[in-house]
Amino acid sequence: MIPTDIPPPLEVDPARRIFGLETEFGLHLDSAASRAVTPEEVAGHLFHSVVQWGRSSNVFLTNASRLYIDVGAHPEYATAECDTLTDLIAMDKAGERIVQDLVAGGEERLRAAGVEGEIHLYKNNTDSAGNSYGCHENYLVRRRADFKAFASALLPFLVTRQIVTGAGTITRTPQGAHYSFSPRADHMWEGLSSATTRSRPMINTRDEPHANAELYRRMHVIVGDSTMAEPTTLVKVGATDLILRIMEARAILPELTLAREMQAIRDVAHDLTGTATVELVDGRRLTAVEVQQTYIELVRSHLGGVIERTEEVDRILDLWQRGVDAVRTQDFSGVETELDWAIKHRLLMRYQERLGCTLDDPRLARLELAFHDVSPERGLFAKLQAQGLVRRIVPEEAIVRAMTQAPSTTRAHLRGEFVSKALESGRDFTVDWVHLKIAGASGTTVLLKDPFRSEDARVDALLDALATP
Amino acid sequence: MAQLNAQGQPYEDETPEPDAPAPAPAAQASGDALDDLLAEIDGSLQVNAEQFVRSFVQKGGQ
Repeated sequence: MIPTDIPPPLEVDPARRIFGLETEFGLHLDSAASRAVTPEEVAGHLFHSVVQWGRSSNVFLTNASRLYIDVGAHPEYATAECDTLTDLIAMDKAGERIVQDLVAGGEERLRAAGVEGEIHLYKNNTDSAGNSYGCHENYLVRRRADFKAFASALLPFLVTRQIVTGAGTITRTPQGAHYSFSPRADHMWEGLSSATTRSRPMINTRDEPHANAELYRRMHVIVGDSTMAEPTTLVKVGATDLILRIMEARAILPELTLAREMQAIRDVAHDLTGTATVELVDGRRLTAVEVQQTYIELVRSHLGGVIERTEEVDRILDLWQRGVDAVRTQDFSGVETELDWAIKHRLLMRYQERLGCTLDDPRLARLELAFHDVSPERGLFAKLQAQGLVRRIVPEEAIVRAMTQAPSTTRAHLRGEFVSKALESGRDFTVDWVHLKIAGASGTTVLLKDPFRSEDARVDALLDALATP
Repeated sequence: MAQLNAQGQPYEDETPEPDAPAPAPAAQASGDALDDLLAEIDGSLQVNAEQFVRSFVQKGGQ
């Protein structure tokens, strides 16, 4: 018998937050086959083994994360709910390996269908024709009546953080090629909107908290680049979390409202010198370096108050500051093993020097794809890490563990247990972010509205029900 | 609770801090490692680079 009482929401430390990262991967078949093979067909073969065990190409895994094929045949991996940044980075890196593990089976199925080729999966944000796909950051925030104003207040930060958190890319224009901070910046058309593919906002305001809607909302940030290096992901999510903590404490924010956000995000992206200015509504013009420095000072002023000082906070602030310093001084060497845009810049410049070519040379574009290729053999990133050219944050064992095990301190733990036990039992089941259900059995749906809760008597009973045939 | 030593500081764990930043390698050595890596992959990257890049086209996502 499953108890029906929903436990009351846990009292949660305001510093504790639920994070999630959703990554759409680029899917590329490199093949000399005479017939055209669509991305949809490749994705179908890639997910064949998933459909075999999950009866769907849209599944939750034993690590409580979601794996599916999204719009445009992009394999997408959404991490389980994490309440620490190290868990989040481990889950995110685990996702790269989970999708990569589908490649060999996909290639075999293609071969059986008469197509010889290699499948590449890129953790990047644009294809060669300039189509864009995203990396979405989720931050659970406390519900408030003025959500739109609250979300808007984050925009000056999001427009300018790319000088630290951008993935970097070669931008080709009719006037020639140049290196920019963020491949995603050019695809942004609005500050806030509830649509995603039609209008491409920086923050998606669709009210879908996947949690108790009386208490929470989800800050769904979709302006960011997919990031490869663990320290870049740390500062991308970590610095954003610190600003949100200050905003949630209703502290006074510096007046940095931008006059034209869409112009500003492009101007910042395309100026590696960091001297381009953005216009504020009060008429001032500031560089992205100045705006980011203002946010760093803001966080520093709240240390020991709204923001408890921890080693992790110190580390985020340190890298954030070094990133801003690198742009201000134009000496990138201080971050060239930690920030994606600087790692890639160094790599591309070195290769360009070796080849003696111009920046729009296709071999440099090829190198860029190799950087984002998540394959440990065909990709470049794993090799850079192995050579110590990219720093790591999370131990290897934690990433391997995260491929099969959910984070232990959030609702993900309950979902992970349920999926594992349900698969073992061979019973049909359905799962989403807030529901667990054994198919066919009446009264066995459990609603999990509290993402902070990692223990629940109802789920224990559900697991018992699975264990008894 | 962590045990404290005479100075009142917690003892360091015996295992090295997994997330402690590694000491920055000398710029020269790191540059050499990068050159070696580029030399290693250069051959495979140059094969039909243009065709390879051009063939990666997919509809946009979200």
